[in-house]
Amino acid sequence: MRIAVASGKGGTGKTTVAVSLFHFLEIFQDKKVQLVDCDVEEPNDALFLTPLQVLDKEEVCQFIPGIDLSTCTFCKKCVEWCEFNAITVVASRKFAEVDSNLCHSCGACSEACPTHSIVEEPGVLGTITHYKTENGSAFTQGLLEVGSAMQTMLVKKLKSRVRQNSEITIFDSPPGTSCSVVETVSDTDYVILVSEPTPFGLHDLKITVELLQELEKPFGVVVNKANLGFRDIYSYLDEKKIELLGEIPFSREFARVYSSGELLKNIPEEFEQIYQGIIEKVLAHETVN
Amino acid sequence: MKVAITSVGNSLKSKLDLRFGRSVWLCIYDTETKQAEFRQNENKDANGGAGTKTAEKVAELGAEQVVSGDFGPKAKALLEKLKIQMVIFDEPNQTVGGIIEKMGSTKKQQTT
Repeated sequence: MRIAVASGKGGTGKTTVAVSLFHFLEIFQDKKVQLVDCDVEEPNDALFLTPLQVLDKEEVCQFIPGIDLSTCTFCKKCVEWCEFNAITVVASRKFAEVDSNLCHSCGACSEACPTHSIVEEPGVLGTITHYKTENGSAFTQGLLEVGSAMQTMLVKKLKSRVRQNSEITIFDSPPGTSCSVVETVSDTDYVILVSEPTPFGLHDLKITVELLQELEKPFGVVVNKANLGFRDIYSYLDEKKIELLGEIPFSREFARVYSSGELLKNIPEEFEQIYQGIIEKVLAHETVN
Repeated sequence: MKVAITSVGNSLKSKLDLRFGRSVWLCIYDTETKQAEFRQNENKDANGGAGTKTAEKVAELGAEQVVSGDFGPKAKALLEKLKIQMVIFDEPNQTVGGIIEKMGSTKKQQTT
């Protein structure tokens, strides 16, 4: 079963839920489980999984097109084909250039060019690291190169390198509802949405729910920092008939423990039961599919 | 020399458009013939790359100088490569005609 943990709003507790879920699945379930941190702009699951053993680290590249001016006829075919406005050609100045910050490496310009003047050069996209946790489970993380805007491409490559040897794979999604999130949840069987009972939390939850409904993904909601804020989120879940997977109460002490990186080392007893409940509800969807 | 001025409308009474890539119109003013013509900027609603596309357009229209409120980093880098001089005019209420007049007066000052 492939499970994504997503949120919409940042800071609702995606990492907390993804890492805790991974931890409790490791402990309680007689199933092989692995975690993939797809929040490639700032992956931080690793902070809570120490000690980790690095198995291998791979630098991944994207192809950045360049234009060979000795053969380019400045016909602008590549410019017409480029969906991302990444190519500038000014025939009168004999100028032709690709802006690597705008390029999505789709390869359309190579196809379009009648004189084969597009040369492709590798550009670093980021790194993918495979780890082994203390309990022997696999953990994989993608880290985007600083300055790159190709999150989605890295998530795609990261997912293609996940070793298919576990029964449950958890994907910690980036926040928001953009392409990188779509890529993360696209081939999963179930999505856990982590929200918080605040106006912002509800606002972004609604957007994420719309996205998942469009993608026809089954999902349920975990309300984190419960008993803070307002109750509107519950009436929304009722109204939309969305399954409430569990509520994690707000705890100042837990926040303190989290910020010192000891999330898994000091778990309050009541949390254990809450995650057990979440796991049961989520795994029940496995047979449904 | 041709100068491109970003404009919110298509007359000399129109105000300067403070945005470069998403400027609605481009006024191309020829300092020799004193003629001004207005071109619509079809890149104004681009999802991305509006700045670089507009820089390309300015170059294709033959301008050697461009006046706008500001230039984004990608447009700036490209305009530099294309050797098109950027002039930042940070007065939102200035009209295109007013800017042309000012250019004339600086020229006079420079020659006298």
